[in-house]
Amino acid sequence: MADRSRRRPPLGRWALRLVVVAYLGLLVAWPVGLVARNALDGGLANIRDILEEPDTVHALRLTAGVALTSVAINTVFGVGISLLLVRHRFPGRRLLSALVDLPLSVSPVVVGLALVLVYGGRDGWLGPTLEDLGLQVIFAPPGMVMATTFVALPLVVREVVPVLEEIGTEQEEAAHSLGAGAWATFRRITLPSIRWAVVYGVALSLARALGEFGAVKIVSGNVAGRTRTATLVVEEKYLNFDQGGAYATAFLLTLVAVACIAVVTLVRPDQSGGRSP
Amino acid sequence: MTAAALDGAGPATSARRPRHPGGLTPASGLGLGVALVWFSLLVLLPLAAVAATTAEGGWGGFWRAVTNEQTAAAIRLTVTQALLVTAVDVVMGTLVAWVLVRDSFPGKRLLELLIDIPFALPTIVAGLVLLSLYGPDGPLGVDVTNRRPAVFLALLFVTTPFVVRTVQPVLAELDPEAEEAAASLGAGRLTIFRRIVLPAITPAIAAGAALAFARGMGEYGSLVLLSGNLPFRTEVASVRILASIESDDLPAAASVATVLLVVSLAVIAAIDLLQRRMVRRG
Repeated sequence: MADRSRRRPPLGRWALRLVVVAYLGLLVAWPVGLVARNALDGGLANIRDILEEPDTVHALRLTAGVALTSVAINTVFGVGISLLLVRHRFPGRRLLSALVDLPLSVSPVVVGLALVLVYGGRDGWLGPTLEDLGLQVIFAPPGMVMATTFVALPLVVREVVPVLEEIGTEQEEAAHSLGAGAWATFRRITLPSIRWAVVYGVALSLARALGEFGAVKIVSGNVAGRTRTATLVVEEKYLNFDQGGAYATAFLLTLVAVACIAVVTLVRPDQSGGRSP
Repeated sequence: MTAAALDGAGPATSARRPRHPGGLTPASGLGLGVALVWFSLLVLLPLAAVAATTAEGGWGGFWRAVTNEQTAAAIRLTVTQALLVTAVDVVMGTLVAWVLVRDSFPGKRLLELLIDIPFALPTIVAGLVLLSLYGPDGPLGVDVTNRRPAVFLALLFVTTPFVVRTVQPVLAELDPEAEEAAASLGAGRLTIFRRIVLPAITPAIAAGAALAFARGMGEYGSLVLLSGNLPFRTEVASVRILASIESDDLPAAASVATVLLVVSLAVIAAIDLLQRRMVRRG
């Protein structure tokens, strides 16, 4: 490596560095920094203001509740499906593996529409039956949890699967042959080795879940004080010319998102210059 | 994150696949059943409902919905901008990945953090973020709001990580011997990149590009504040879907959604193929 970099004229390397830094600076760093500045314009007043509005506080609480529920679901589902995909062979396994990725490339608006078509209370496929049973999904928290879970679904799976493939089955087989049951093997052998992958997956899912906007906008009905989430508050405030409030709410969301990403990027050991996929 | 869609992208992982994966035990069979029911209720059934609602209106209904002048303009704009953004992502993403893998300088980890921010940031906040620099009160004096560059900029922001994160691990795994041999035979740096490095990372670039294109086609949140959603000018496909939902025209919404869904499925299929190709190479 050192050898090669010495051969390359430093000028070219500096030019590349400069291009990359300028590109990311103009596209990401500077704009994100400005949001912090706009939010903190005039001290903490903007943030104090939004924390005194009952509707906004409700939205923040609701967002946290919905996000944590969907992250919990996705963690259990994600670890389970990863184990099934890596440790077992069954018909349709490859199809399932490809389909699990699907939510990554589906538009949030399509997600919202799809859920309304099935769970809508008026003429959804299952909605009217569920409402007769007393479960309202659309325009209520269950639908919001589903939308959020949908969009973040592949994130845990995609962190855990490569690690499971990497560690192989030797230790698990040894534990098994020593008489450990499936649950004990999972808890004592498998879980400790996929621990960090799960943490990264959870951090990414949390960021994605807290920030979901399009799908939630459709399924929630966006009623202030009831089904309006933090991201919807940002839009509402901006459109109502409350820029301070919009930036303050956005700033709070940004803080959490960046914290999640920092867990993934900075805590993870540097693997020869690249994060393992 | 998204790059992880290419599990097994690194040649090393495929070699270490467990040799004797088991069939299903009763417990894991039950687990699979539960997982499949949940996955069907959450993902498959709703997406099928989109296709079924479109089919109910027949081919004529579908065609009328997507060739409606305003909708067709929105779809055209979305495809054009998504393609443009993907092209920029391919070039800049590869460049960023190259610098992150082959170069080292203080603050490199900060760049790593920056690349993931667009992925983690709520999309509506991404819109606000871009407004603060490229909006009416931005310090640069550039105002893209309510113009087509707004669409381009928003898509570029949200798709930044995709190509970087798919190319980076493949580049890191690349054996330097071939490059060194070529260099010792007198090949220039550009030739080495074109003949040795580029062929090896092309599937990864293509996979990242596919993800970026899909994301661009469906993007909504980062655009709403920035583009003004002006019909025939800055309105994109997802905004049209939302407008149809709000005017209670679900069949029309489903028709446009079906177009987007076909793109998503094509992307997933393409990535699956590329993934197999990369594993074979390894």
